[in-house]
Amino acid sequence: MKVSFPHMGTSHIAFKHLIEHLGHEAVVPPNPSKRTLSLGVQHSPEFACIPFKILLGSYLEVLEQGTDMIISSGGVGPCRAGIYGLLHEKILKSLGYDFDMLIFEPPLRGVGDFISKIGRVIKPGGVGWIEFIKVFKTSWKKLIALDEIEILSHRIRPYEITKGETSQIFDQCLSLIDQAQTQNDIEDAKIESERKLNAIKQKEGYTPLKVGIIGEIYVVLEPFINLDIEKTLGEMGVETHRSIYLTDWTRDNTVFDGEQDIKKAAEPHLNQLIGGHGINSIGETIIYAKKGFDGVVQLAPFTCIPEIVAKSILPEVSKKFNIPVMTIFLDEQTGKAGVQTRVEAFVDLLEHKRRGKGA
Amino acid sequence: MGKTIGLPSTLTYYSYFPFWNKFFSALNYEVVASPASSKQIIDWGVKETVNDACIPIKLFHGHVIALRDKVDYLFIPRMVSVDGKATFCPKFLGLPDMVRASIDGLPEIIDQRIELKRNTHGLLATCYKIGAALKENYINITNAYRKAYIAHFQYRSQLINGVLPGEILHDQTLNVRNSRTMGGINLAVLGYPYEVHDPYISVNLLQNLEAMKVNVWTAEMVPDAILAKYRYKLSKDLFWHYSNQVLWACYYYLEQPIDGIVHVSAFGCGPDSMVDKLMELETKAHNVPFITLTIDEHTGEAGVLTRLEAFVDMVSYRRERK
Repeated sequence: MKVSFPHMGTSHIAFKHLIEHLGHEAVVPPNPSKRTLSLGVQHSPEFACIPFKILLGSYLEVLEQGTDMIISSGGVGPCRAGIYGLLHEKILKSLGYDFDMLIFEPPLRGVGDFISKIGRVIKPGGVGWIEFIKVFKTSWKKLIALDEIEILSHRIRPYEITKGETSQIFDQCLSLIDQAQTQNDIEDAKIESERKLNAIKQKEGYTPLKVGIIGEIYVVLEPFINLDIEKTLGEMGVETHRSIYLTDWTRDNTVFDGEQDIKKAAEPHLNQLIGGHGINSIGETIIYAKKGFDGVVQLAPFTCIPEIVAKSILPEVSKKFNIPVMTIFLDEQTGKAGVQTRVEAFVDLLEHKRRGKGA
Repeated sequence: MGKTIGLPSTLTYYSYFPFWNKFFSALNYEVVASPASSKQIIDWGVKETVNDACIPIKLFHGHVIALRDKVDYLFIPRMVSVDGKATFCPKFLGLPDMVRASIDGLPEIIDQRIELKRNTHGLLATCYKIGAALKENYINITNAYRKAYIAHFQYRSQLINGVLPGEILHDQTLNVRNSRTMGGINLAVLGYPYEVHDPYISVNLLQNLEAMKVNVWTAEMVPDAILAKYRYKLSKDLFWHYSNQVLWACYYYLEQPIDGIVHVSAFGCGPDSMVDKLMELETKAHNVPFITLTIDEHTGEAGVLTRLEAFVDMVSYRRERK
């Protein structure tokens, strides 16, 4: 069976591993491109957010390659993303595509449903449950390795002497991890990647500005949509810290101590879960300010409800905690040059602010 | 009369104003509703909100400003859920916080969280909390609650009988119900009550339809028990209370002898991007004409009217051909 899944940052490398080891052919969605976007935009509601459009475009691209099953995730709301799977399926079926759509809801919502859906994936491949758990663990390990390498790359990039070297090495690291098949291989690939990244020639005695990246998960994770903002900032000599990684809860985090802390920090300003990453955006900004970051960039898709609520409250937070915040709303009309200009101006502002402090 | 309490006349106003009006007046407060939406009110709102907010939210901020200097308390409940399942749009959930962060010089805000489970008595407990914040005793609150509940019940049954919220709340001289003609064109006008029934932001949609001798049917005219039957049409409920109402009403009207469906939606509305597409797919499957009217603070009446006339013409030709 040909199985596909959404494209999100570097996670496709781990998902590919999972699907292939369950005895299916993995159709890896191509990196989102202008074509993906324009295919998606054609069939999406006008005011759906850009993740919806990119996903729909990706699905259309993998269906062209004869995909039989698409696996995606649901959600409990009130963020819209929880019903994207349902609407994607309706739209694609109305366009005449014949395929299975498997939407995984959070297991706590219905354990039976969750297990029977896994059964639908593993049975046709002739894989037993024990084998599945083994493969799942290996894929998870891959996901963690991918995130850790990425975190390291963002830490090193602002210090690089040859511009673009980190990104080049990072791509090599990705293919190293892609090729690793067993848990031991993955460990080796991770160590090799870390060695390669650490070997990059770095500036000494340089203290970069530190910027926190917050916002809606998909636009934060997918560089095609956020126009490579982390790379752009890194190559301007700014160190970035991203608030969201897929494997967040497994890592001892140096900045955030967990969801509870974020909610507690946000409480005086927004005392209600509003779905998506709305409350996180408020709480994380406060924590970044307390940890001495120079600024925060909020990334959100155009018409994203939770982030609009967050944006309304952020000016108050920014004033109170004395931390500059720039919000960038992204959609299919967003141009790279426009974002670049705004980012440059923001970094200039942060530099001035720091110099003012030092004097 | 005691102190004054302000209720912005938009958003949940169209669903729950009679309840809160009765509740607070029975507690001896003078209830002040903000004046009907106007250019001035929307301008105030636009000035104080982020550009990405939708028009209903901008309008709400405008109504708050209209009340700001006139009342002792502002009532902005945090509407979370009224059926224990669906929540309101995230912007409703964060509304008191947004208002506080955006507008200066506000009177005291009563922002009690309203999160009801299936039974109705949850509302009484919530009313106790609101009353306690106003330092009222339990007996008075219970009495006020009972009166308010009856007022709400009467209001709901009027709506089900075909009276429009605007006729009760705004004293509009709309005669959609009485002029309902046999053999006239029947259109279901679906959308959130604060868009469909606010003549300012819907640019006199209902009045114009009345002038075109169209019989208007809205989501409020369908009893809750009937709406609830349509929840199983979709494998998963939508997350938002008003969106479910609109979508279920759409499914309901598609089974009635209706000539077309008009969907009123705000520019950039998050939930509506889902609702609208689901309605479009469903009406197409039923072969029923469908039009979406998108409204924002720049909507001009002439543009909407032209589209509406074209739609009504198209629907009439279609009927003659049959």
